[in-house]
Amino acid sequence: MKGARKAHATRATAVVGHPVRRKDGLDKVTGAARYIDDLVLPGLLYGTTIRSTIPRGEIASVHLDFDTTGFTIVSARDIPGKNVVSLIEADQPSLADGRVEHVGEAILLLAHADKERLLDVRVSIDYRPASPVFEPELSPTTFKEITIAKGDLGRGFAEADLVVEGEYRTGHQEHLYIETNGVLAVPGDGGITVHGSLQCPYYVHRALCELLSLPERKVRVIQTETGGGFGGKEDYPSVLAGHAALLALKSGRPVKMVYDRAEDMFATTKRHPAIVRHRTGVTRDGHLTAIDIEVLLDGGAYVTLSPVVLSRGLLHATGPYRCDHVRVHGRVVKTNTPPNGAFRGFGAPQTQFAAEVHMDRIGEQLGLDPIQVRERNALRPGDTMATGQRIEANGGALRVLREAARRTRFRQRRRALRGTDRGLGVALFFHGAGFTGSGEVKLRSKATLELTRRGVRVGVTATEIGQGARTVLAQIVATALGIPYEHVEMPPADTSLAPDSGPTVASRTTMIVGRLLELAARDLKRRLRGRTPAESWRAHGPISVTKEYTPPPGLTWDEEQYVGDAYGTWAWACDVAEVELDRDTGIVRPLRITSVADIGRVIHPVMARGQMEGGTAQAVGYALTEEVVMRDGRMANAQLTNYLIPTTADTPEIDVVFVERPYRNGAFGAKGVGELPMDGGAPAIVNALRSLGADVRAVPATPERVLDALSKG
Amino acid sequence: MRFTLNGRTVDVRAHPMKRLLDVLREDCHLTGTKEGCGEGECGACTVLVDGEAVNACLVPFAQVRGARVTTIEGLRGRRRLQEAFVEHGGAQCGICTPGMIVAAAALGRRPNLDDIKTGLAGNLCRCTGYSGIYRAIEAAAVPLRPARRRGARGKRR
Repeated sequence: MKGARKAHATRATAVVGHPVRRKDGLDKVTGAARYIDDLVLPGLLYGTTIRSTIPRGEIASVHLDFDTTGFTIVSARDIPGKNVVSLIEADQPSLADGRVEHVGEAILLLAHADKERLLDVRVSIDYRPASPVFEPELSPTTFKEITIAKGDLGRGFAEADLVVEGEYRTGHQEHLYIETNGVLAVPGDGGITVHGSLQCPYYVHRALCELLSLPERKVRVIQTETGGGFGGKEDYPSVLAGHAALLALKSGRPVKMVYDRAEDMFATTKRHPAIVRHRTGVTRDGHLTAIDIEVLLDGGAYVTLSPVVLSRGLLHATGPYRCDHVRVHGRVVKTNTPPNGAFRGFGAPQTQFAAEVHMDRIGEQLGLDPIQVRERNALRPGDTMATGQRIEANGGALRVLREAARRTRFRQRRRALRGTDRGLGVALFFHGAGFTGSGEVKLRSKATLELTRRGVRVGVTATEIGQGARTVLAQIVATALGIPYEHVEMPPADTSLAPDSGPTVASRTTMIVGRLLELAARDLKRRLRGRTPAESWRAHGPISVTKEYTPPPGLTWDEEQYVGDAYGTWAWACDVAEVELDRDTGIVRPLRITSVADIGRVIHPVMARGQMEGGTAQAVGYALTEEVVMRDGRMANAQLTNYLIPTTADTPEIDVVFVERPYRNGAFGAKGVGELPMDGGAPAIVNALRSLGADVRAVPATPERVLDALSKG
Repeated sequence: MRFTLNGRTVDVRAHPMKRLLDVLREDCHLTGTKEGCGEGECGACTVLVDGEAVNACLVPFAQVRGARVTTIEGLRGRRRLQEAFVEHGGAQCGICTPGMIVAAAALGRRPNLDDIKTGLAGNLCRCTGYSGIYRAIEAAAVPLRPARRRGARGKRR
């Protein structure tokens, strides 16, 4: 008996850190997994959206120039509650009421049982146009302004031997999840149930309650299998779910709305474009004495999540470097373009692109190689960041930098490539895990475990969006509880069944929700008093344990002053990119990227590697090919034919190395991983171009930009 | 109109210009084949027509009269390939996965890395960076008992 129990325990504890079979694997490889567009219901209507064709103005009149028989039609007047997409500010209407602020803004909703009939819809809208603002630098409207200050900038510059300045720009980026945004709204029982491809069920829940003026219990949001998110299904589903729900409530029938690719690219959120200016004081031997950074983000027409994107952008703007005198100031402003929103990295890829290209330029001016200049300044244990946050004893950027340099033989390789068309570049970066500042405290996330006849059922609204949440959270529970992984049930995220465990964003799921589940499982284990779940069930019936987030002791954050622990912890990484440049065409071929990352304890090695590889590939697209062309406030290339994400032919070999330094407050020592790889690829590639004589300061580094840079070099 | 779907002869009534993708999903209720772009760029709707990988969003139904059409649901005998996608991180969000596996199945039993990259260049994945997909296909291509096979065939490839 004792022996058997021991064997059982060994098998169970072996789960964390091992590549167990992913829970959703079989359904996904056999085509059995059901995504939103795979669902049909009797009496189903299909919904479509009539959108503004001008970037700014008043709506004078709307005419329906088609036979409206059998159509359900919804305008702003039909909204039972508040006409807002509830998120941070209440500025974005669900449907335009009298005026439009961007091309593609929803004005009218239509639904019909016959999809083909939607193609015949003709609506003409007369506008009184107003003059739009497209350039963020010319915007009169600031959504949010933040300053981070440390030390005395004047003193820092006085101590400098040299001041290096530069301006860096990054463009929009489209998420390009392969499954477009889609929802299915089902009316009934005086309320509404929305099924959808989404990351944050409770965001949608809250937005629906406000829009429809319904009590919480009359709104139910259920996540369907979701074909990629990357932040593109963080805020936008609240818009789309509202639309489908309005049509469903008015018609009394289920309504499905699934965007086609063009509409998804044209109308939904993108990554914020950024202009970042650096002014840096440095001593002759390469130590940073003063950092002054100015960030401007283009928020688009409405606030969405922009204030938080700005916050995260600024908190990452210095890069992972030590400096006593720092000022980081930033604004996110309004333009008459579709609202920008969450996208993997959330402001940090923009600001760290600037920081890392700038760092190479500092090295150049001092005659230091890219590793040397970073080694001098990389954050070490005990150092403080711009907000005063102290680096943990097992933290800092030095370890990943040295490992990346060693593993790639950086200096040797760079010497060997000299005079060829191949270049080598490095980027050192970090990413704060979890919500910014006091965000986690405000979220007060909850997670529940319920005993079942043979194991346990997990109650969370953390969503599986491909990253492996379903599997990793089950691993954590199985290990903490000492039961087989297969006995942990992971039902779909459903607001009527599970508490709010916060949004699935910010690289927080494994670290924060996983930790709550770990604690819940340990609690449940104590209550089982040595019995197996089956034995306990037979003796006592169901047991349920809920844990709520409490901040780790010692964490402080001052939202007004921007001082304190901006994040519970940070993940660290270093990318080395080798590229080949065709000097005649300006075409850049990335050949290999080595990514050395400290994400704390690795819970599932295959999935963690998958996050690093996939995020790095997305960064390659950001660096080189993914260009959103905006013409008069409208995305001119809203199609896959000329918005180019990396294919097998464009994606380099990606070598991922983990340096595991456990974080004591994360589930089994885990930190976040999801966003980290998005931060490093672009600067590493652009720095590789720099080593080839192309002084590129903006991404995407399209052939035109590269040729331009070469001609100036 | 008659054609062979996943090994069975079927007779489906649909407009001859309807996209094969919609016929499969709506008329045949096989939703494993996905729509990613509707313009032949992403490969999520890849099916086999007479053994060739094609984008079902670009094929009018009339074109498959009498043809053999194979979707992810009918990919018999390729269980090892499918299992390898699970094991080696070839599937994350899963939306490109059916098309990717069907395209991979068309590469034959033992493609090398160059064959894989070329053969899958029309299938977009936004999650994996393709590395997990290569590992899966390569793992599925390795013979179960290489030593015995080598003996039986005289040489490895």
